[in-house]
Amino acid sequence: MLNGKKVIAIGERDGVPGPVIAECLEGAGLEVVFQVTECFV
Amino acid sequence: MAEQSKAVGVGIEGVFYSLTHVPDLVRYGSKPSRELRANPEALEQQLKNQLRSFSAATAYAPHQVYIGNITPAELSNLPKPWYEKLIEGATSNGRFGDLVDQDRFYGKLAAADQFNLVTLEEKWFQEHAARHANGKPPRLGRVAEITALCEKGALGLYSGERLVGAFEPAHAEDASLTAEVLLENLAAKVTAAHALRSLLDALKLSPEEIDFVISCSEEAVGDRYNRGGGNLAKAIAEQVGCENASGSDVKAFCAGPLYAMIHGATLIQSGVCNKVAVVAGGSLAKLGMKFESHLKKGMPILEDVLGSFAVILSVAKTGEPCVRLDSAAFHPVRAGASPQAMAESLAEKALAKLGMKLTDVDRYAVELHNPEITVPSGSGDVPRTNYLTLAALAVMRGQIRKDQMEDFVRTRGMLGYAPTQGHIPSAVVYLGHALDALRNNEIKNALFISKGSLFLGRMTQLSDGCSFLVEKSEK
Repeated sequence: MLNGKKVIAIGERDGVPGPVIAECLEGAGLEVVFQVTECFV
Repeated sequence: MAEQSKAVGVGIEGVFYSLTHVPDLVRYGSKPSRELRANPEALEQQLKNQLRSFSAATAYAPHQVYIGNITPAELSNLPKPWYEKLIEGATSNGRFGDLVDQDRFYGKLAAADQFNLVTLEEKWFQEHAARHANGKPPRLGRVAEITALCEKGALGLYSGERLVGAFEPAHAEDASLTAEVLLENLAAKVTAAHALRSLLDALKLSPEEIDFVISCSEEAVGDRYNRGGGNLAKAIAEQVGCENASGSDVKAFCAGPLYAMIHGATLIQSGVCNKVAVVAGGSLAKLGMKFESHLKKGMPILEDVLGSFAVILSVAKTGEPCVRLDSAAFHPVRAGASPQAMAESLAEKALAKLGMKLTDVDRYAVELHNPEITVPSGSGDVPRTNYLTLAALAVMRGQIRKDQMEDFVRTRGMLGYAPTQGHIPSAVVYLGHALDALRNNEIKNALFISKGSLFLGRMTQLSDGCSFLVEKSEK
């Protein structure tokens, strides 16, 4: 169902970082078009 | 606990924290200034309506914790919302800190200005700021002159609705010397200098006794060829009268203060210096960072203060608090950026160097952002998240049971109480309470953990951090 879908991954410093989310999503067959980690404080 | 080699401790003589209440500079914070440019009519009055008075900022419970009049443990028993349940009889002078009002700050800003950037309206100055003036007399002007400067590109300095000063750019074409950038830099210098001078007074030390100053403020002083060139530390040393000191800056995003402490402690331990001051001024850019959420919820704008601090390090004295330099731990490049990897590097490995487990630490100081500021904007309760990660690691290592996680958080952690000033909440804010608790034998140690968001600069995807243990010196 998710295979080939495009996705934007936004991670958080005190949560899950962007590259980690991207790696999981790519492993599930999604195409990560942009990933970033932000710090919301 | 395993037997270890001799402890390496560097003394912490004292710490002073200050909050400068600048409601009329909130408009120059990065987020408010962008939103006000985009939508001036709708936002300006809304923002003004939600600004706090100095007395409300003083009586705000987290600020009373910050300056040492209330302990973090006492804060957890106080009713919320803290911005409504103000502390009766609160004063702006604390056990190890103070609050400074905007009038006094404008006076200090003008007195610290060596380049004719600041002009204050003469009548307002005589009425409100002259009594606080010391050092260089400020440049004064009439209302018409101030207005004309603002029309030519200076930033207006307001006291409520009244225009009371102007802050000029230093160069017409240099983006690093605009009025906005220079106000940010000078505000950092002034607030850091105030914290250091107050600490010297409290410890009855002469400024001449300091031989090195390290600034870990979050500004980027420099011109267009040297953006971020820095050494605000030396400017702060000069401002305070540390005639025998030199200085330099340590920058590492929010982790800067703990790195600066480690650098300073190393200068002492190596014998290079006898007394090192670690200082930081406030971050103007972060004023009003989450103001939109606060407006939506009908709350006052809580990010209306510039936070600053000063610590003095020297040779350890027996029975007095010290930084265990041999516990210092860093987050290496090869470590992952997940919260677990950070906790392993900065807590578990730091403690392992001393033969200690996670449960051997009485108190953890982490990112102590005030949740009343961050939760309404969806940023969550940052300290609680950090404490739960530490507790989960202790469960994974078999040091506590899963059903003891909340107890771990409650007994070894604390509520956040620091304004979202980046480097200020980053563990170092607890040092004053830690010194008290160690001296009163309420705790035997505290682990300080700070994190830095390196990825924000777009040079690396890495996170960062460092940590160290504070305890009483045994030598």
